[in-house]
Amino acid sequence: MAVQTVASTTDSATANAVDLGPATALSCRECGHRVPLGPVFACEECFGPLEIAYDFSAHDTEELRKRIEAGPANIWRYAPLLPVPADVAAKPNLNPGWTKLVQADNLARELGVTGGLYVKDDSGNPTHSFKDRVVAQALEAARAFGFTTLSCSSTGNLAGAVGAAAARAGFRSCVFIPHDLEQGKVVMAAVYGGELVGIEGNYDDVNRFCSELIGDPAGEGWGFVNVNLRPYYAEGSKTLAYEICEQLGWRLPDQLVVPIASGSQLTKIDKGLQELIRLGLVEDRPYKIFGAQAEGCSPVSTAYKAGHDVVRPQKPDTIAKSLAIGNPADGPYVLDIARRTGGAVEDVTDEQIVDAIKLLARTEGIFAETAGGVTVGVTKKLLESGALDPSLTTVVLNTGDGLKTLDAVAGTGLTATIRPSLESFREAGLV
Amino acid sequence: MSVNVRIPTILRTYTGGRAEVSAEGATLSEVISDLEKNHTGIAARVLDDQGRLRRFVNVYVNDDDVRFEQGLETATPDGAGVSIIPAVAGG
Repeated sequence: MAVQTVASTTDSATANAVDLGPATALSCRECGHRVPLGPVFACEECFGPLEIAYDFSAHDTEELRKRIEAGPANIWRYAPLLPVPADVAAKPNLNPGWTKLVQADNLARELGVTGGLYVKDDSGNPTHSFKDRVVAQALEAARAFGFTTLSCSSTGNLAGAVGAAAARAGFRSCVFIPHDLEQGKVVMAAVYGGELVGIEGNYDDVNRFCSELIGDPAGEGWGFVNVNLRPYYAEGSKTLAYEICEQLGWRLPDQLVVPIASGSQLTKIDKGLQELIRLGLVEDRPYKIFGAQAEGCSPVSTAYKAGHDVVRPQKPDTIAKSLAIGNPADGPYVLDIARRTGGAVEDVTDEQIVDAIKLLARTEGIFAETAGGVTVGVTKKLLESGALDPSLTTVVLNTGDGLKTLDAVAGTGLTATIRPSLESFREAGLV
Repeated sequence: MSVNVRIPTILRTYTGGRAEVSAEGATLSEVISDLEKNHTGIAARVLDDQGRLRRFVNVYVNDDDVRFEQGLETATPDGAGVSIIPAVAGG
């Protein structure tokens, strides 16, 4: 079924030939129009994004909780809540997830947080970013729809995740990135042996190219994880919400600080939290979601502060390249969620990002990539402004490993250079 | 002014399956009106009830996103390429 034609408009959303577990159909987030499960991503009625619709009605809360807790130490413990077949854990994939929720007491002291501060450290995934979670979902959809090539438009992290997942699963991969990415990300994408193509332009140009490729015979048979497989791919971010709550003892955090690139991750974290509430796995009580951007690419933050409900695209110029999406497709939904939950959207300068990377490293021994610097920097700023309540349980996301963005902290280096003698050590003032 | 318009898969039911069609017009607005004349129904997919570009549609004239230009009033010079693309993202 490796075709990219628009899914039929029949009302038979149950007539799916594929086994993707509890997923029953694709539903337009804008107008509610439904189509059967397939490799399509935009509503044929209004161009709105298609999302997975589920049937969770068979779940008994306590049975589900036991099943999850007895599951593997990866995202597949939540397979009953994801668009994947029941035997997904037996298929070759990177088995990402179940990363550490670090109780960040030192950082909390530094920032004056008394209600409990946690860092969800997704640098612990197989390719060192949260992208392994989303790619794992897209891989299962690619298998279901008969694709043999995995592809994507990427700001770097996704390229590596796709290359690695394709290698493990026996797919060909061909991924597209802006030509001027950080060297660490280029190497981490290339090493898995797939094809890696640099596009002369920024991420939005890469994305546009892939969107055109997908409608061309040259792209036929390709599963673009974040384009024609996007409805499946995006669901992977729900697992961040599931894990955070389970790791807190099946409890919602009071406040979450989440980075914004396209806005998809924040949107799906909210979806995951809402599902846990509906399933009775956590108590239904208020939580606030805060979005974090770099000042040099802050279309959502700018719209939030201006009180707008639409997002005006920007040309990105920031060291936080993994967040450098100037035209964020899910931006309007982020605005809705921040306002609905009582959160906010804030941004920090490149200098504040670097300071925050160093702060997290110094206090908790976590070396975050620039996106982690953005969330920690925004957390600090929101605490200073009073938007974040220091007496509440707060979870900050670190979505990637600092080794990928070494350039950001390139000025960090030797404390001193000495001769190999005790005298020289003393002279350097280190004792 | 004649331009070439790239049609996304999602709209090819209106163009008989063709991925590229010609249209006339000195601005994007005129191009969309001309598309509608020859491919009835396509304008309502690209524009909302108020006649604005739908928020999940991106349109490029040559390499420029019209939202950075003059929107529907962006000039479409003779021979220009117009691309209509569903908005997606997620790097």
